[in-house]
Amino acid sequence: MDATLVMAEAQEGTVPLAEATLKTLAVARKIGAGPLDIAWTGTSLDPLLGQARTLAGIRRHLVFDDPRLTHPTADVMAALVGDLVRDYSHVLMPGTSFGRDVLPRLAGRVGAPAVSDVLEVLDPRRFKRGLYAGNVHAVVRVPDGVPVLLTVRLASWRPVTAEKEAQPAGIEKREVPADLPTEARFVGLERDASARPDLQSARRVVSGGRSFGSRENFALLEGLADRLNAAIGASRAAVDAGYAPNDLQVGQTGKIIAPELYMAFGISGAIQHLTGIRDAGTIVAVNKDPEAPIFKVADFGLVGDLFEVIPALLAELERQGIAR
Amino acid sequence: MAPMKILVAAKRVVDYSVRVRLTPDRTGIASDGVKMSVNPFDEIALEEALRIRERGEATQVVVATVGPPEAESQIRSLLAMGADRGIHVETGRETAPLEVAHVLFRLVQEIGPGLVILGKQAIDDDCGQTGPMLAALWDRPQATYVSKLTLSEGRVQAVREVDHGLETVELVLPAVITTDLRLNTPRFIKMPDIMKARQKPLEKRPFDGFGLDLPRLTVEAYLPPPEREAGLRLESVAELVTRLHDRGVL
Ligand SMILES: Cc1cc2nc3c(=O)[nH]c(=O)nc-3n(C[C@H](O)[C@H](O)[C@H](O)COP(=O)(O)OP(=O)(O)OC[C@H]3O[C@@H](n4cnc5c(N)ncnc54)[C@H](O)[C@@H]3O)c2cc1C
Repeated sequence: MDATLVMAEAQEGTVPLAEATLKTLAVARKIGAGPLDIAWTGTSLDPLLGQARTLAGIRRHLVFDDPRLTHPTADVMAALVGDLVRDYSHVLMPGTSFGRDVLPRLAGRVGAPAVSDVLEVLDPRRFKRGLYAGNVHAVVRVPDGVPVLLTVRLASWRPVTAEKEAQPAGIEKREVPADLPTEARFVGLERDASARPDLQSARRVVSGGRSFGSRENFALLEGLADRLNAAIGASRAAVDAGYAPNDLQVGQTGKIIAPELYMAFGISGAIQHLTGIRDAGTIVAVNKDPEAPIFKVADFGLVGDLFEVIPALLAELERQGIAR
Repeated sequence: MAPMKILVAAKRVVDYSVRVRLTPDRTGIASDGVKMSVNPFDEIALEEALRIRERGEATQVVVATVGPPEAESQIRSLLAMGADRGIHVETGRETAPLEVAHVLFRLVQEIGPGLVILGKQAIDDDCGQTGPMLAALWDRPQATYVSKLTLSEGRVQAVREVDHGLETVELVLPAVITTDLRLNTPRFIKMPDIMKARQKPLEKRPFDGFGLDLPRLTVEAYLPPPEREAGLRLESVAELVTRLHDRGVL
């Protein structure tokens, strides 16, 4: 019998619901394999469940609420739901650093292959995903007789929305075993403290590369980001040089994003960077080299020096009365 | 502390600088004359293992690959970088992460390493599964996307690059680590080391000898991704703002 389990993004009980979870639900709906359950793991989950109840089309909310699950490690997650997942034909997790850490561990445990970063659902066992930094797409099929385990490429999906009319699904509190693994221990999280929109879900992103030359110069982007209510992104070179924190890296080994507007300043457009912005709505490139590869994918290109363009852009936004 | 061995896993992949193309009949990736390299994350894995050995915290670094006969050239270069010995599990076909994890698990049982270090993903299939799958089979803790590693008294402290910042975890050894780009910068190989590497032990084993029969994904089609077209070159910032405004994105 088909049944689908979505494992929600770990989010410490805070609201609103993580967009990553809502996008994973969208994939589950598209697959449409049997009744749909969500597993929530964390601590003090009540506020979150209050919101979760407004989601339509859910059979059960399975709740693992325990202080030991505040920052669950992959071995703990696998021990927690390793047996549960055997009841499902489909197990889905978001393609976040959490999902990508946990899902393959579950797959190893149940002895099934895993499908990473699903960008399209063709049928309940056939999916499209990217290879070679997204330069090739492949249609893969999960063989019969094993569960389908997959992570979702978030940039390819829209979140489901809560529906007021939804029939509230049952909430089942699940026992958290006393003997969870203790050989991996969470020590701490150094969080990016910025109040700006989250890079992964922002509608607009302004992004900078190595060419800024210093951390102080990189801060030029902040004025623009504030003006446009945009998130800030960076190339790997800018992150390596210490101009921006690692969680702002865009690309194959950073974040894959799909904002409505992506503005790249002094970024050459290496293939590994372009992988991260393939699904952006409108790409703007500002680069002083007219041959820079970024222009090949940009909807609008401007050849120029970013140190002149950024102030001019701010002035022009002001002049045309465009903000936020 | 008991002498510790480190197992590093590495994969032969199309070099990161190659613009990958499909074969004209779209049954695979055009590979003729294409430059092949060690997966960059795996080089970082080996570099980290070597640094641990050089600090005296490990005694031996074994590097293993599952790949075609030609992967000997990649494993030789890893020996030249400084690995003590190599294991080349040879196969003529593509292998899946679950299969590689099973092979590595067998090697782990033979070698008894304190750490297994792998790349966080291979840049060809971009799966990012082998490390966690191995950790599951071995039933040991894992730390993925690691950008800093510190060993002390049977434990390893790892800083992980996660979506919302940097997470630190502490694992009891033995454990599985997967590397992120900022963990280190791999050393360059010097000519004399290439010569010396020829003398280092390299064991070859047939993949079929492992007798694995695991479920695998089948690839039904390879497709080019939808292309983005180059758009307009604009002359001024004013024009840019107007265009963006007209498009409704400002
Ligand atoms: C395995 C692997 C994974 C990688 N993953 C990623 C990834 O996830 N994300 C990523 O971004 N990179 C990644 N890279 C690195 C990538 O290959 C490039 O090296 C990197 O993206 C280059 O960053 P950049 O564009 O800032 O720098 P550069 O390539 O040095 O480009 C700087 C650009 O700025 C322009 N410029 C200079 N001065 C000015 C000025 N005053 N005004 C306007 N323009 C100016 C130059 O013309 C040039 O085009 C990866 C590489 C490898 C090997």
